[in-house]
Amino acid sequence: MITVRHLSKAFGAHRVLDDVSLEIRRGEVVCIIGASGSGKSTFLRCINGLESYDLGELIVDGYVVRKENRDIHAHRGQVGMVFQRFNLFPHRTSLENVMEGPIYVNGVPRATARAEAVALLTKVGLGDKLDAYPASLSGGQQQRVAIARSLAMKPKVMLFDEPTSALDPELVGDVLKVMQQLAKDGMTMVVVTHEMGFAREVADRVLFLDDGRILEQGPPEEVLRTPKHERTRDFLQRVIHAL
Amino acid sequence: MADALEFLPILLQGCWTTVVVALCALTLSTVLGFAWALLRLSPSPWLRRPTIGFITVIRGIPIIVQLFYIYFVFPDIGITLSAFQAGFIGLGLAYSAYQAENFRAGIEAVDPGQIEAAQSLGMGYGRIMRRVILPQAIRTALPPYGNTMIMLLKDSSIASTITVSELTREGQLIASSTFKNMTVFTLVALLYLTMSLPLTYLTHRLEKRYGRK
Repeated sequence: MITVRHLSKAFGAHRVLDDVSLEIRRGEVVCIIGASGSGKSTFLRCINGLESYDLGELIVDGYVVRKENRDIHAHRGQVGMVFQRFNLFPHRTSLENVMEGPIYVNGVPRATARAEAVALLTKVGLGDKLDAYPASLSGGQQQRVAIARSLAMKPKVMLFDEPTSALDPELVGDVLKVMQQLAKDGMTMVVVTHEMGFAREVADRVLFLDDGRILEQGPPEEVLRTPKHERTRDFLQRVIHAL
Repeated sequence: MADALEFLPILLQGCWTTVVVALCALTLSTVLGFAWALLRLSPSPWLRRPTIGFITVIRGIPIIVQLFYIYFVFPDIGITLSAFQAGFIGLGLAYSAYQAENFRAGIEAVDPGQIEAAQSLGMGYGRIMRRVILPQAIRTALPPYGNTMIMLLKDSSIASTITVSELTREGQLIASSTFKNMTVFTLVALLYLTMSLPLTYLTHRLEKRYGRK
C-alpha cells in the first residue's frame, strides 16, 4: 500500500529524514515511536504530501506522492490525517465538519453525506453531539469528530500524528478505543504515538525513528520488550519513567 | 434658530452627497482591499512585491494630496473625472490600503492548522479560502472594518477640497456668504455625529460579538 525508498529530507544542514525505506501492507497498523525531532511527524506529513522531500521515492497505492504535484489534492483526499491539535473547523458543527469533505471535495449529495456523517459520528460515540460546535466539546470528543471527518472521505490510509498528545489523560482512552476499532476493521494505519500500550496491543509493527533513520523495527513485543539498540532502550526507559 | 431651519435643507442635501460618496468609496475600498490582501499573501513574489509597494505608496501620501492628484493632475494625462468621481475613487483607493491590511490581519490570524486540515481533506486553494479561511477571517476583520467605516465617513469631508458638494462644502459655502459660522458649523458637526452614531453602535456590537473568542 505504501512504498518508501531511500527517502531523505533536510532543513538546511539538519537531516530530518535520512534514507528511510519501508513497505507498509494493506491493512497493516504501523506505530512510529521516537524522540521529538526524530522526523516522525515529517515522515507522516510526506505520505499525504503536506511536506516535500528532497530525495527518494514515496508511492501510495500506485501514486507517486510529491507535494509539488498538480493533482496532489486528489491524493490527499484519499489519505486521512488526524492531527495532534484536532484542527476542527470552529465555525461548523460536528456534523458539518464531517460533511464538509464529502460534499465539497467528493461531490456527494447533501442527504447522502448527512446520513453517512450521522453514522460515523454515532460510530465514534458522538451520536448525541451532531449539532455541537467544537468549542463546546472536550478534547477527546473533538479528536473523535476529527477522526470521523477523515473517515468520511473513505480513505485508503489513515495517518495519525500524535492523536492523543494534546488530551487530558482521562480522555485518551475513548480516542484509542476508536482507533483500535478502526484497526480491527482492517484500515491501513500509520500512527505516530507515545502511547506504548496502544502500540503493544494494536500495532502489527513498531518503528523506532532516531535522527531521521529507522533504527529498529519489528513486532511490538520485540521492539518494545527486547530492543536491540542502546538508543531504543534509552528512549523507552525515558518514556516509561515519564508515565 | 430661524437660521438653522433655513440652512438645514441645504445641509441635508450635503449629507446625502456625503453618504453617497462614503458608500461608493467604501464599496471600492472593500473590493480593492480584499484583492490587495489576497495578492499580498500570494506565494508569488511577482504578485506580492508590487502590491506591497502600492500599499506603501498609498499609505504614505495624505488623502488630500491624492485627491488633488486625481482631480487636478490626471486630466493632464488624459483622464478627466468629475469632482464626485475623483472624490470617491481617491477615497476608495486611499482606504483600500487600510482595508488590505485589515483583511490581511484577519486572514493571517486563522490558525495554520486549519489550512492543513482542509488540505488533508483534499481541498484546493479556492475552496480552502471560501470554506475555511474567509468565514474565520471575517470574524477577526469585522470590528476594525466598522471603525474604518466611521473614519471613511468623516474623511469624506476631504472631498470638499475638490469641490464635491458634500456636507462640509455646503457648510463652508453657507458660512462664507452669511458669516453665521457658529450656527453653520455646529449644525455640520451635529449632522456628522448623527450619521456616525449608528456606525459606532454597529461597531460596538461587532466587537462584542466577535472581538473576543
